[in-house]
Amino acid sequence: MSDAPLIRLSGITKTYGRGQAALQALKGIDLVVEAGDFVAIMGPSGSGKSTAMNILGCLDTPTRGSYEFQGVRVEQLSRNQRALLRRHYLGFVFQGFNLLARTTALENVELPLIYRGEPSAARHAAARAALAQVGLQGWEHHSPGELSGGQQQRVAIARAIVTRPAVLLADEPTGNLDTRNSQEIMGLISAFNRDNGITVLMVTHEPDMAAYARRVIRFVDGRVDSDRRNGEAA
Amino acid sequence: MLWNTLLLALRAIRRNLMRSILTILGIVIGVAAVITMVTLGNGATRSVSDQISSMGSNLLMVAPGQRFGPGSEGAPNFKSADVEAIRDQLTAAAGVAPVVSKTATAVYQARNWSTVVNGSTNDYFQAGNWELASGRSFSETEERAGKAVCVIGETVREKLFGRQNPVGSEIRIKQFACEVIGLLKAKGQSAMGSDQDDTVVMPLRTVQRRLTGSQDINRVTVSVKEGASIDAVKAQLTQLLRERRNIGENEEDDFRVMDTRQIAETLTGTTRILTMLLGAVAAVSLLVGGIGIMNIMLVSVTERTREIGIRLAIGALEREVLLQFLIEAVVLSSLGGLIGIALATGASIALAGMMGIPYLFDPGINLLSFLFSAAIGVIFGYFPARRAAGLNPIDALRHE
Repeated sequence: MSDAPLIRLSGITKTYGRGQAALQALKGIDLVVEAGDFVAIMGPSGSGKSTAMNILGCLDTPTRGSYEFQGVRVEQLSRNQRALLRRHYLGFVFQGFNLLARTTALENVELPLIYRGEPSAARHAAARAALAQVGLQGWEHHSPGELSGGQQQRVAIARAIVTRPAVLLADEPTGNLDTRNSQEIMGLISAFNRDNGITVLMVTHEPDMAAYARRVIRFVDGRVDSDRRNGEAA
Repeated sequence: MLWNTLLLALRAIRRNLMRSILTILGIVIGVAAVITMVTLGNGATRSVSDQISSMGSNLLMVAPGQRFGPGSEGAPNFKSADVEAIRDQLTAAAGVAPVVSKTATAVYQARNWSTVVNGSTNDYFQAGNWELASGRSFSETEERAGKAVCVIGETVREKLFGRQNPVGSEIRIKQFACEVIGLLKAKGQSAMGSDQDDTVVMPLRTVQRRLTGSQDINRVTVSVKEGASIDAVKAQLTQLLRERRNIGENEEDDFRVMDTRQIAETLTGTTRILTMLLGAVAAVSLLVGGIGIMNIMLVSVTERTREIGIRLAIGALEREVLLQFLIEAVVLSSLGGLIGIALATGASIALAGMMGIPYLFDPGINLLSFLFSAAIGVIFGYFPARRAAGLNPIDALRHE
């Protein structure tokens, strides 16, 4: 691996629509994230924090600017190469969980491993272990409809970390959860950051949740407004 | 990659069991309907052509009037002299059977049965492909003298005698008694759907004298010698009859000469049209089944688009997602097609048995409807997926 930072955004802009109706969601973002960090991205709604997150997660493409991931220019990659980057380096946790309906927790967690082509025995073992890590031992054969919101989000976390990704991207992971579940979810995410060295990028609008992060970046109106460290605590 | 994708496709089918079953059902009904209809139609066509060949090939049937069958009252009947002339001049004729028909009630002891009495000669049996189950045909004396003897068909035997042997018994027709000298082998339904075995055959003279009371002949059946050209004989016969009936050069025939081949063509043509009609109706049901599948797929497109978004976010390649949906569609529609074929085979065999027509397996229609069902499944299952898989993952995820 080169000595390039894990992530470097330079002059990223994103424009939706064209002409008069055009909306510039990002107006030039410069950002460097080092491996192992825990970054919270905050800001009011419409500040472009989710747009930035989707670009960081290679789910969306920037209109202009350059995005380097471990020194690779992401905006120059093809659709398939970006899919492979997601497959091998990224894990996602969404506000709405985004689990496959009517599919057991185990099969949901197995999904990224299937795309990686893992043999079935290794796949089952890894998926079970990941579910155990998020405290869902014994819930392997329940489908999302039979799980509470907190449990569903844990399945989503298990699915995200089962591949041991370099980066975990979490978009409002506690947005649909109550305080107790939110704290448990944040505890899990912090643990994976601390114990497994997984870099975490998290969008949130709740200061309580941002407090778990080591670095807090505030977006206002499509630009980075502030970027400070929480200190070494948390 | 193929194996994993197959696994994912099968999981998706199991996961959406209701949707899968409805998809399969739509195809099953369509495929089964088309195959059953066409197979039964083919069976009916075959059964008609079998019946026609049971009439005997190389036959010419001459009837007065321009139309075959009822409605020919305007034109005069034939006379014995016409039949003699045909016999003398038509060298290619193997047998000439004049026929007089009359409906009458036959009585035996306490039982009676209304049937068609045909007066003719022994040529009638040969030309009509009739064989005797027991007894004998007419002797020359009986024919010439118009004796009261008769040969009866299987239906008449059954109605009057039950399982008894009728030969030697006397039945009463109108006011006279008539000795049964023979029993015809059963032939079943005619191509027109009438019961050919519901008949009593007597010498021509007997019927003319005792039943119709005139010298008229209703129709003439001519069997053509092996190897002779039917068309040539037909032309010769037509010319002869035109002369004998004094038809001017510019006038139309007031009689009709049909050959069995022509009747066969007319009838099989009719059943073929019916088969096509049934096939078309069934094709509509296949189409309706297809629209049902389309509805199911379109209703689920939101859920599927989100699912595709999840898969793409997790790192699935577009082609992997598409392959999965393609396999899913192909598996479902092939399964539906196979079940439909099995169902159609069962239904066709059962219905053909009930309708008394042969079951004919038609590989063409089986293949065609199978491919059509597969195409429907693939088009409606795969193309919405293709659109979704081409989206940015985030757009697919946010699809409302």
